[in-house]
Amino acid sequence: MEAKSSGPISNALQRESKVVDQAVAAPSEGYLAEEPISKDKLEEKIAVATPRQLMWWRFRKHKVALASVVVLVIFYLLAAFAEFVAPYDPEVFAASAKFVPPQIPSFIDGNGQFTLRPVVFGLSQERDPETLRVIYQPDESVWYPIYFFVRGQPYEFWGLWETDIHLFGLGENAEEGTLFILGSDRLGRDMFSRILYGARISLSIGLVSVFLSLILGIVLGGISGYYGGQIDNAIQRVIEFIRSIPSIPLWMALSAALPPTWPQELRYFGITVILSLIAWTGLARVVRGRFLSLREEDFVLGARLSGTSEMGIILRHMVPSFLSHIIASLTLSIPAIILSETALSFLGLGLRQPVISWGVLLQEAQNIRTVALAPWLLLPGMAVVIAVLAFNFLGDGLRDAADPFAR
Amino acid sequence: MDNQSTLLEVKDLKTHFFLDEGLVRAVDGVSFTIQRGKTLGVVGESGCGKSITARSILRMVRPPGQIVSGEIIYHRRTNGSAQTELLDLTKLDPTGPEIRAIRWKNIAMIFQEPMTSLSPVHTIGDQIIEAIVTHLDVGKKEARDRAIEMLRRVGMPQPTKILERYRHQLSGGMRQRAMIAMALVCNPELLIADEPTTALDVTTQAQILELMKGLQEDFHMAIMFITHDLGVIAEMADEVVVMYLGKEVELADVDTIFYNPGHPYTKALLRSIPRIDEEVDKLEVIKGTVPDPYSIPAGCAFHPRCPYYVPEKCASPEFVKVGSHHWARCARVAEINGSFAHMRQ
Amino acid sequence: MIDNNQSQNGVLVDVQDLRKFFPNRKGFFSRIVYQVKAVDGVSFTLKEGDIMGLVGESGCGKTTTGRVVIRAYEPTDGKILFHDRDLGKVDLASLPDQNLKTIWRNIQMIFQDPYSSLNPRMTLLQIVGEPLRNYKIVQGEALKDRVAELLRSVGLRPEYMVRYPHAFSGGQRQRIGIAKALALNPQLIICDEPVSALDVSIQAQILNLLQDLQEQYQLSYLFIAHDLSVVRHFCTRVAVMYVGKIAEMAETKELFSNPLHPYTEALLSAVPKPDPRAKRQRIVLEGDVADPANPPSGCYFNPRCKYAVERCRMETPQLRELRPGHFVSCHRAEEISLVGV
Repeated sequence: MEAKSSGPISNALQRESKVVDQAVAAPSEGYLAEEPISKDKLEEKIAVATPRQLMWWRFRKHKVALASVVVLVIFYLLAAFAEFVAPYDPEVFAASAKFVPPQIPSFIDGNGQFTLRPVVFGLSQERDPETLRVIYQPDESVWYPIYFFVRGQPYEFWGLWETDIHLFGLGENAEEGTLFILGSDRLGRDMFSRILYGARISLSIGLVSVFLSLILGIVLGGISGYYGGQIDNAIQRVIEFIRSIPSIPLWMALSAALPPTWPQELRYFGITVILSLIAWTGLARVVRGRFLSLREEDFVLGARLSGTSEMGIILRHMVPSFLSHIIASLTLSIPAIILSETALSFLGLGLRQPVISWGVLLQEAQNIRTVALAPWLLLPGMAVVIAVLAFNFLGDGLRDAADPFAR
Repeated sequence: MDNQSTLLEVKDLKTHFFLDEGLVRAVDGVSFTIQRGKTLGVVGESGCGKSITARSILRMVRPPGQIVSGEIIYHRRTNGSAQTELLDLTKLDPTGPEIRAIRWKNIAMIFQEPMTSLSPVHTIGDQIIEAIVTHLDVGKKEARDRAIEMLRRVGMPQPTKILERYRHQLSGGMRQRAMIAMALVCNPELLIADEPTTALDVTTQAQILELMKGLQEDFHMAIMFITHDLGVIAEMADEVVVMYLGKEVELADVDTIFYNPGHPYTKALLRSIPRIDEEVDKLEVIKGTVPDPYSIPAGCAFHPRCPYYVPEKCASPEFVKVGSHHWARCARVAEINGSFAHMRQ
Repeated sequence: MIDNNQSQNGVLVDVQDLRKFFPNRKGFFSRIVYQVKAVDGVSFTLKEGDIMGLVGESGCGKTTTGRVVIRAYEPTDGKILFHDRDLGKVDLASLPDQNLKTIWRNIQMIFQDPYSSLNPRMTLLQIVGEPLRNYKIVQGEALKDRVAELLRSVGLRPEYMVRYPHAFSGGQRQRIGIAKALALNPQLIICDEPVSALDVSIQAQILNLLQDLQEQYQLSYLFIAHDLSVVRHFCTRVAVMYVGKIAEMAETKELFSNPLHPYTEALLSAVPKPDPRAKRQRIVLEGDVADPANPPSGCYFNPRCKYAVERCRMETPQLRELRPGHFVSCHRAEEISLVGV
């Protein structure tokens, strides 16, 4: 029974005018909602606040989550400006400065006087009688001031232009003294600089992988949840299959399958794809769950009865509802990816020298004797821990803030 | 009211919630007395504080909520003798041994949603037996016998089989009976029932209400029956407290509440419910909506919705005595009721 | 009670032998193990201007019936003959999916839960305006005007249209839902327990509102409820359902004063009356409400019925018109004498 397009519409318009003519009088005392538009600015602000704003206000109450945001912003800024912030080129090594312990800058110089400009002390060498290794100690008789925005080793800023300005460094004393804030490794390379450069890879792999798994997760999870039935069945079984495979052996197998002759950039890309192949499953399940529960909600039926098309329902009603949950889930899956990359590289299966990531740095710390002598080699691990914790707290905060609106 | 029959006295109880968004005065000065063997009905709409009152009695209110003032005097009979000792429940440590000894053994509680108060991973029998063994000095064998007896008492078919069942294997009505069995198994003096039949079908509700009345007689037990359904109140209660936004607005015996209500809210409530045996053209309406708990109107909390509101008089109404056993929190109660023509005779 | 002086001779909806079964699948290959017969042979007629109540307890199928009539679900069997204002007589049961949009201009629904029936991420303007936009009735400023008018007609201030649902109480949210249902000026509104989730004092407001709207816009309602007092007050006709079938159907006054089905009698007497002086002679039924997945044989009510005889266990009774306009499905309806309220 096909309705002619003009007939019903013109009928509807005629009905419209009839209704308007009926001049709806002010409703009787019985049920007029009495409250005036609130003079209270706060109440009005809440009433017209979009759900996103409400979420932000709820999120603001989580102090730890807010702190995590700050921490992560700092991390990403440092990673982005690694060349500028790092006092040394990460590859430059100094045979005469192996395993130097962290040199903490001090505001009190060798004479015991307070200086505004921080200084770092020189190093005295000693040979340990038992191990015959060189031990470095801070030598308070020599000190070097630390300059800011100083000229140092040249580098290419984001590959765009050459410059040699660093955030801080020893300036003209660079040849004599050393500024190893977090110590140096077995080849005399500055740990701080290397950790900064490593942050680039480790933190970005998290984002790229998550983006890939987002697409896979939303598409497959959405199909699974929206259509249900056999399709849902099939996809869920695939997900379960993938998740039941032990991850480390799986990664080992997959990355061993990457040809060793591939250049490092390609290898990097390959690793991100590998990691997202597992990570999407978690996201797909969350998406599917949300779709399934949203499908039954009355407002979805109400939208259908209002004539909204299926695609309109998905895009305008369902997607906005679960977007915040997805973001929260996403944020919680980034740490897993960072840890995975770190683990892979640590085992030698992921990225390799000369690419620097935190996992690669940790490879240096595999030898127990080395670690015992130079425990600061484990500092990249600290960076991983802090980043992972920060993402976890952030994700928790987002997830709590995204809860469906309370009554 | 002779003191021997008083079981519990609540005096000016105030339970407040200290939230980030503000202070919520969930219960703000409530007083009533529960007599042994009688039923007190507590009626009110959402947000009136009736559930919090019940939980305050059993000291089950957790931070950020706490009892800020008032007394809950429990007249405890010492070991079957006629002697009673007075115990102020507000002074007890909410997690301490004294209140735990009272909970379930002397004062028990049943809830609206039996699905959530019965454990899904334990059998019904395990839960009832645990309640018995914890509070009474009996062995497991005797506890089991008592459990079966209790289930039979509450009208469960095949009580021995029910012991082995889990909550999901029972229907709504049976779950509610199981919960009642569990509550009564230690023979408490007071049963607090928080909307026990709201989630049930009407025929099942009838069964449960009959059951409760029968058990009350058998056990000589007092009941504090919390509900929003005025029909159920009329059926079950001897005395009624009407609450609105944390305060009690009227207290009287059930006949007076229905036939001679004093407070405008009670009156309006009675006029706004549809009745199964009567026809009216239009229901009378209480204008406006219940305000949210953070912004309770100053003075008389009901004043924005009250048809008798007069600014000068209704600034801070006290809970005044209106009849021999009838109190109302309204400054104009005497004036209004003198001239009120709608009263049912 | 509504005064039906409007012309209501026309039949609006004629439901014939409606069935809706939900298969229950088990096993790896999803074999159908049994059917839940949610709606099992329901027939009724709704005239223009009627407010037809569907009452019953849990599992009786009233909600499913409402949703099948509006084609939110596809019926398993039966006919739903609807006299559409523009299209004439249409059988909704066999209507292809793409034509449903046309029908939904004239049949709408309001829901039970005010907290899940509005999209929390849309403003009132968007919510109430959605049907107007989808059917391209009005646009832009005219749309705003129409929404303002709809909001006013349900007792909300038009300035509220920029707000989101979370700013409103339960009763106000129901009003918003009603405004949305009215947007296209439907003939029939299916009310799915619209006041069950509201406070007692708000129920009265919403019921009065629905009454006024019915008079103003000449609406008809299919009113699904479990509260018999509400139905007594609001509906012109009532059908009592039990486990997917109609047990009894009549005009409200007639049903409540002269019930013919034992279940109706028990239901009426089970409702607690707000009158402490009322004689409490109650019929208390044994057992629980029957399970629609596994109903008893013969008359579904027979295990709980105190008038049941052998025939009731063997043979399922049919719905028949015992008195003019009064239908009952009970073998013994002529013999037994029952008490109303």
